[in-house]
Amino acid sequence: MPNAMQAVGNAGRFEEVVLPHLDAAYNLARWLVRNTHDAEDVVQEACLRAFRFFGGFQGGDPRAWLLKIVRNTSYSFLEKNRPVALAEEFNEQVHVRDVPAFDAEAIMVRDVESRMLRESLEELPVNFREVVVLRELEGLSYKEIAEMIGVPIGTVMSSLARGRDRLRESLLRARAREGTRGL
Amino acid sequence: MVCDDNSRLLHGYLDGELDLIRSLEIEEHLKTCPDCAQQLWGQQTLRKAFRSSNLYERAPSGLAVRIRASLSQEVEPEADATSQPKPISILTPRPKVWNWLAVAATILLAALLTWRALPGVGGRGNSDLVAQELVASHIRSLQPGHLFDVQSTDQHTVKPWFNGKLDFSPPVRDLTEEGFPLIGGRLDYIDHRAVAALVYQRRQHLINVFIWPAEKQTDNNLHSESSQGYNMVVWERDGMYLCAVSDLSTGELQQFAQLIEK
Repeated sequence: MPNAMQAVGNAGRFEEVVLPHLDAAYNLARWLVRNTHDAEDVVQEACLRAFRFFGGFQGGDPRAWLLKIVRNTSYSFLEKNRPVALAEEFNEQVHVRDVPAFDAEAIMVRDVESRMLRESLEELPVNFREVVVLRELEGLSYKEIAEMIGVPIGTVMSSLARGRDRLRESLLRARAREGTRGL
Repeated sequence: MVCDDNSRLLHGYLDGELDLIRSLEIEEHLKTCPDCAQQLWGQQTLRKAFRSSNLYERAPSGLAVRIRASLSQEVEPEADATSQPKPISILTPRPKVWNWLAVAATILLAALLTWRALPGVGGRGNSDLVAQELVASHIRSLQPGHLFDVQSTDQHTVKPWFNGKLDFSPPVRDLTEEGFPLIGGRLDYIDHRAVAALVYQRRQHLINVFIWPAEKQTDNNLHSESSQGYNMVVWERDGMYLCAVSDLSTGELQQFAQLIEK
């Protein structure tokens, strides 16, 4: 079986080149599907797909390459299992320019807690959540994000602007809520 | 300038993604528009919150095991399997194959993925976050226009450049003869403090050496880690931490570290 040796060699190279990015893969999947168990399944599936396509990997950044596959697999998963999550709409009625009262901002500076940030990010519609995760947690450039999700760079900037504005606004509201509860 | 346009461009500015002219325009605008300045400040606050958060989700250790097992199944299909790839579904977890090869490979992989302790820089000293910041800073430096504040192959130009910009004096050494030419330096900001970054070149690869004062003396063993496909070697010398980050192999990076120490 001439392919067997090749396959074993590929497996070794795959492990060396692609699997070091497992944390990045998991982080993206976890934030897209919003559930640890599903994220593990998605990443496992994505790695299998990546392994099968590995022959076609032309070099370049293996992390971006793997993340693109993880993203596609996550969306397939959502389409199949969580169609509602994909249909979440962005509430355009709230405009952040109306929100930033200086005092509330000052509270934010003192202690924005991870938990609130986590909850606010979870609530963000998936198309905004993904650009924020890719930029703030994965540190990708606009160009890398644009290539990954197949949109112009200007669209990445717009999505980030709206996603982050929404995050700030929901953090401020969370702070206000906790404040009234006397926390 | 219209603020509605700027509210979008502010993000490009915040992310260092605007060209020089646009950046200067935004800076001019910020001087005269408190509203936009306030927006930017809010966004910087949000970014700080991300940086100090624990939102990055690392893969659970068992996941590597499962993936390695399913890959080994791919490589050695069972005797009764057809040559067609098996249809797979996310809904059905694949059976776990615990052969010794998979287990051995997994141990190796776990070793690769394990993070070793990295000294804190200024504030919290969370080593994972610091390592992430160092790698992120390295990646950012590779983007056009972010590599140096001072471009020079002369250590006697680079070292004095840091005077007055840092509260310590970083050791600067050119290693051109050893095959690692110094090409410049810049100020960077890691874990809530300003640090020195020296840029060296090795063939087509760039190495960032981040330097900051050690808070307390420890042994100066070299240790290495890797993240996002980049390798990192950290060591201590004369009360300072040095951390070299590059896409070079760990071996070459350690060789480089030893040359700096000579």
